[in-house]
Amino acid sequence: MSHINANPEPQERHDDGRPRAPRAVVGSHRIEEEIFGRAFDGRVVRRIWAFVRPYRRQVAISVTAVMVFTAMQLAIPLVIRYAIDDGMAPDAAPGTLALIVAIFAAVIGVNYVASRLQEGVTGRVAENVLFDIRRQMFAHLQRVSLSFMDKTEVGRLMSRLQGDVNSMQEFLESSILSVGDILLLFGIVFVMLWLDWQLGLLVLAMLPVLFIVRVVWLTRARAAFMAAHEANSITNGALAEAIHGVRAVQGMDRGGLNYDLYADLARDNYRKHLRSSRMAQVMVPVVDTLTGIAMAAVVVVGGAMVASDRIEIGVMVAFLFYIQRFFDPIRSLTMQYSVMQRAMASGHRLTEVLDVEVSVEDAPDAVALGPDDDASVEFRDVTFGYDPNHPVLHDVNLSAKSGETVALVGPTGSGKSSCMALIHRFYDVQKGAVMVGGHDVRDVTQESLGRHIAMVLQEPFLFTGTVMDNIRYASHWASDDEVIEATKAVGAHDFVMELAGGYDAMLDERGGNLSLGQRQLISFARALVADARILVLDEATANIDSYTELQIQKALQTLLKGRTGLVIAHRLATIRNADRIVVLQQGRVVEEGDHYALMDRNGLYASLYDKNYASFDDLPNNFTQEQRARAT
Amino acid sequence: MTDTSDTDTSDTDTSDTDTSDTATSPTPHGRDRVLRRTAAIDRDKGREAVLRITRMTLQYPARVAVALIATVAAVLTQLSIPVLLGRAVDQTQAVADGTGGADMLWTTALILLAVSVARGLFTLIQNYTAESVGHALAYDLRRAIYDKIQRLPFSFHDRAHSGDLITVGMLDLEGVRMYFSTALVRTVLLVLLIGIGAWLLLSTDLLLGLLALSFVPFAAWRSSVTQLTLRRTWLLLQERLGVLSQVMEENLAGIRVVRAFAAADHELAKFDRASNDALKLSYSRIDTRVNSSAIMTLAFFAAMGLVLLVGGRQVAAGEISIGALTTFLTFMTLLQMPVRQLGLMVNAFARASTCGARLFALLDMPLEVDDAPDASDLKVTEGTLRLDNVGFTYTGEGQAVSNISFEARRGETIGIVGPPGSGKSTLMHLIPRYYDVDEGAITIDGQDIRDATLSSVRRAVAVVQQDAFLFTTTIENNLAYGDPYAADAQIREASASAQLHDYVDSLPEQYDTIVGERGVSLSGGQRQRLSIARTLMLKPAVLIFDDSTAAIDAGTEGRIRHALRDYAEDRVTLIVAHRLGSLKHADRILFLDKGRIVEQGTHDELLALNGRYSALHDLQTNPDTKIPEAAQ
Repeated sequence: MSHINANPEPQERHDDGRPRAPRAVVGSHRIEEEIFGRAFDGRVVRRIWAFVRPYRRQVAISVTAVMVFTAMQLAIPLVIRYAIDDGMAPDAAPGTLALIVAIFAAVIGVNYVASRLQEGVTGRVAENVLFDIRRQMFAHLQRVSLSFMDKTEVGRLMSRLQGDVNSMQEFLESSILSVGDILLLFGIVFVMLWLDWQLGLLVLAMLPVLFIVRVVWLTRARAAFMAAHEANSITNGALAEAIHGVRAVQGMDRGGLNYDLYADLARDNYRKHLRSSRMAQVMVPVVDTLTGIAMAAVVVVGGAMVASDRIEIGVMVAFLFYIQRFFDPIRSLTMQYSVMQRAMASGHRLTEVLDVEVSVEDAPDAVALGPDDDASVEFRDVTFGYDPNHPVLHDVNLSAKSGETVALVGPTGSGKSSCMALIHRFYDVQKGAVMVGGHDVRDVTQESLGRHIAMVLQEPFLFTGTVMDNIRYASHWASDDEVIEATKAVGAHDFVMELAGGYDAMLDERGGNLSLGQRQLISFARALVADARILVLDEATANIDSYTELQIQKALQTLLKGRTGLVIAHRLATIRNADRIVVLQQGRVVEEGDHYALMDRNGLYASLYDKNYASFDDLPNNFTQEQRARAT
Repeated sequence: MTDTSDTDTSDTDTSDTDTSDTATSPTPHGRDRVLRRTAAIDRDKGREAVLRITRMTLQYPARVAVALIATVAAVLTQLSIPVLLGRAVDQTQAVADGTGGADMLWTTALILLAVSVARGLFTLIQNYTAESVGHALAYDLRRAIYDKIQRLPFSFHDRAHSGDLITVGMLDLEGVRMYFSTALVRTVLLVLLIGIGAWLLLSTDLLLGLLALSFVPFAAWRSSVTQLTLRRTWLLLQERLGVLSQVMEENLAGIRVVRAFAAADHELAKFDRASNDALKLSYSRIDTRVNSSAIMTLAFFAAMGLVLLVGGRQVAAGEISIGALTTFLTFMTLLQMPVRQLGLMVNAFARASTCGARLFALLDMPLEVDDAPDASDLKVTEGTLRLDNVGFTYTGEGQAVSNISFEARRGETIGIVGPPGSGKSTLMHLIPRYYDVDEGAITIDGQDIRDATLSSVRRAVAVVQQDAFLFTTTIENNLAYGDPYAADAQIREASASAQLHDYVDSLPEQYDTIVGERGVSLSGGQRQRLSIARTLMLKPAVLIFDDSTAAIDAGTEGRIRHALRDYAEDRVTLIVAHRLGSLKHADRILFLDKGRIVEQGTHDELLALNGRYSALHDLQTNPDTKIPEAAQ
């Protein structure tokens, strides 16, 4: 690979001479979740009902409104029938027509009120339930164990909080409205049979035909709709990728090939949409033909019946009106089936989230850590594993007295981060105890623990919002001046003032308009404002330019002043300034002491130091064995 | 009634909401952004866009003609149904009165059936061809958008928000796609239906005709106003939901920060604010919709009541037949749906004009960096890179680099250092023509890179970026991104050189492991090593490392450098780094400050100079500041 590939000849041969296709795709095919579940799942419905219950009065109102509305829809052709047969007959009493039209006016008045109630109340209830479910899920996610959050992609949870709650809303709304459809269907059947059962039966013979056609059609149509939907998201996914990765694409000159691949996706999408459109439209002539047959039957048979005085002409007109409305409820009802299936699948996923166990909870008699409690941290024989069968910490003992700074060092996977998480009681230990301020962390409230301990994570996470909001974050008590004071103390004030708007400058998503070093300083300021007695800090590993680096070191010293500090250290300066160094390896404390003591010991720490490893994380895999071999 | 297929929505604008994949995260601050979603579209641009879309649909003359003819036929068959029903009623009465034979009814019934079937078929053809025109248009536009986005230079992408681009490619495309079927064809349909229908009714009976049509202007006005209001509030709602999803997403992604600061209450308050804002707007949308839909229904039935009253009187007086009255009434039911949906049509025009204006703004965007008309491929012979007095200014900012001149020959390595913001990255981005220089020239083997084709320049100059974008696909595909036809052995070799192979080999699926946004997450160092490996695959004449080893420890970096010794012989290597250890071996080092070269020479020369470089060196080698670099 040492020649310059200035004029690339695509090497379209396999190693063994076979021509090969390019290793290239655009867009990643997302793994679609199950979209349709069983049409009815009692457990899911019960869970959802719990959210609807607070609105049961409104639901009752809207169901009533739906029923009234449907009754009015049924009544209108009937009123027309009586207007024709009784109001317009040559022998009709004067005023009959006016009376019937007055009834008609009353019917449409009631219809107006019912339709407002039906749509308005149903819509609001559905919106409310949607927002309630979402809020409860969101609130629940604030309490579930962190190991669940670690395992679960954010995107996945977001699709619960958005897509799945939306399909519940759709389900709720359409369920109430489909009460009306069922009623309308039965109502029309009933009224037709009541007007004339023979003519009624004749027309109703169309129903099973339509129903069967519809059911057969539905499975195939749904496959076509789904295929179109999927092709659409694949194509859009590829476009999104092209947008996000545009610099890489241009830098590697992949535009041409990508365009060809994308054109293939777009063509496939085009074809699938045409097919889906054909499937959607094919029902139109079917319904129209059945309507035509029904109307023709009413004209011929009904006409003969009118001629033989079996029925009045108004009845025939009413039949013609009903036929026009006849197929609507069937269409909505068959659609409702898909809505239900979708809703059950979504509901199932929602309940899964709502049922995630909250593993860390305040004990019933938990006390609040107060300012009087000291700032010591102690691990007593702690054994812990995210999976209890595979402990990552074994009998760890360590302690930091008030005001002390303890540095934790050790290779990746040695358990440093787990120790940090335990101090804050992100997880509960399996054996032993973690003591903060002399209390077992399980005996104090999480809220007070949070105030007692400030944490700085390796990856500084900032929120969309102003610089001021970000630094203050949850420390509502801090005034603007205090925030600015803290920012000055960590040396971030100068660059904040250089931003357009200063402290009111908006930070992009994740603080994208700041450099990594600047984000780190902001997160230091945030911890300083929180003013906790204990500071837990995971030092960043990435190399930052030396100028910022120096600032960060200074800020760190400010931050640790007067506090108990537990630092996962990567920088030698940090380690050497610590009162004590704890060396972890494979979940055990292997060495402990200050820099000089550890150097004297001539163990793991000393050999790391001698070898000038840039970071204690990047040990060769065989380092331990090598070390042991040398020691023995 | 027949034109409402299952995919068609009636009084709602849900067609707008088909955006499950868009990442519309509104950024509320006012950075100079191109193609902003919320930016107002000027009226002339909108009108122009509609005309342009109309012209574009004429690229499919056959389909447009078929759609329009089918529309006319569908209207005619549709209108003949009320007439036929009226005649059937009259004939029935004639048969009953003994003035006519039953065979008349048979004829009418058969015609009715035939017309119904024809109506269904014409509607199918109308809807299908109309939609297919839209899909064909979308297919063309999709490819044009994709191509454009791939070609637009970095300077554009710096200012464009990826969310806005995705919106253009998905939502705006939909708006344009829907134009033909929901705006144009529907207008034709409605004009014909109302026009011919009105003529038919008014010529039968002027007064009754006026009464029957009386609801049309009101409903049309109401529906249009409502749809425009709904559209406005929909856009606003999307913005608010965007804020809500941002709150949720950031909370979940930053859950460790939230827990660390015990900020669940703070976060819930934030959630509630965003959630209530959205809910309030949802309420107002429901109200708007309900108000309008109920009042339109009322107007329709009121008109029907009047027809019933006045028409009934006329029937009683023997002025018109019951059949004629039936014609009036059924015609009204026929007209109701399309008139109510007039708002959708107005909405479709509004959408097409704003969506089209934005979409064409993107497609018409001039390419600031593009192939010159007479550009030819760059011919790399000696492989000499030369910068002559290069200067560059970002739009609207001060000069980023100025007066940069240096030459590098094949086999040479040039190091570049300097404080943050000194123009190092900018300079590196000029060499592959990510941006074009404003002053001076960059040449490769004497050819100005602005005279060469972009594609050949990108092949000749490759950059390992600071923050590499990985594609969601296998590691192998990522490695072969710039050379998809490469042999397996080459990929393995590049991977080994970048010290990535051992890690990949330890993964269960090795080179088939999916990485990227939705794949296995890699550490910063692993990402950078992958990015280095994929750039090595390009075998460029000029290889640039743009601060791309920050997350790689010094030891590993040394091994990479060692592995690339032969590789570097064949090309110019430029290295931007913070760690001076990464540059020590360079043939020359340039020290940049404020966009100018302030010092240059070899490592030793620069140290002897006792200037900026040597100060930086002291800063980095002071053991109390930083771990010394790994021994070479």
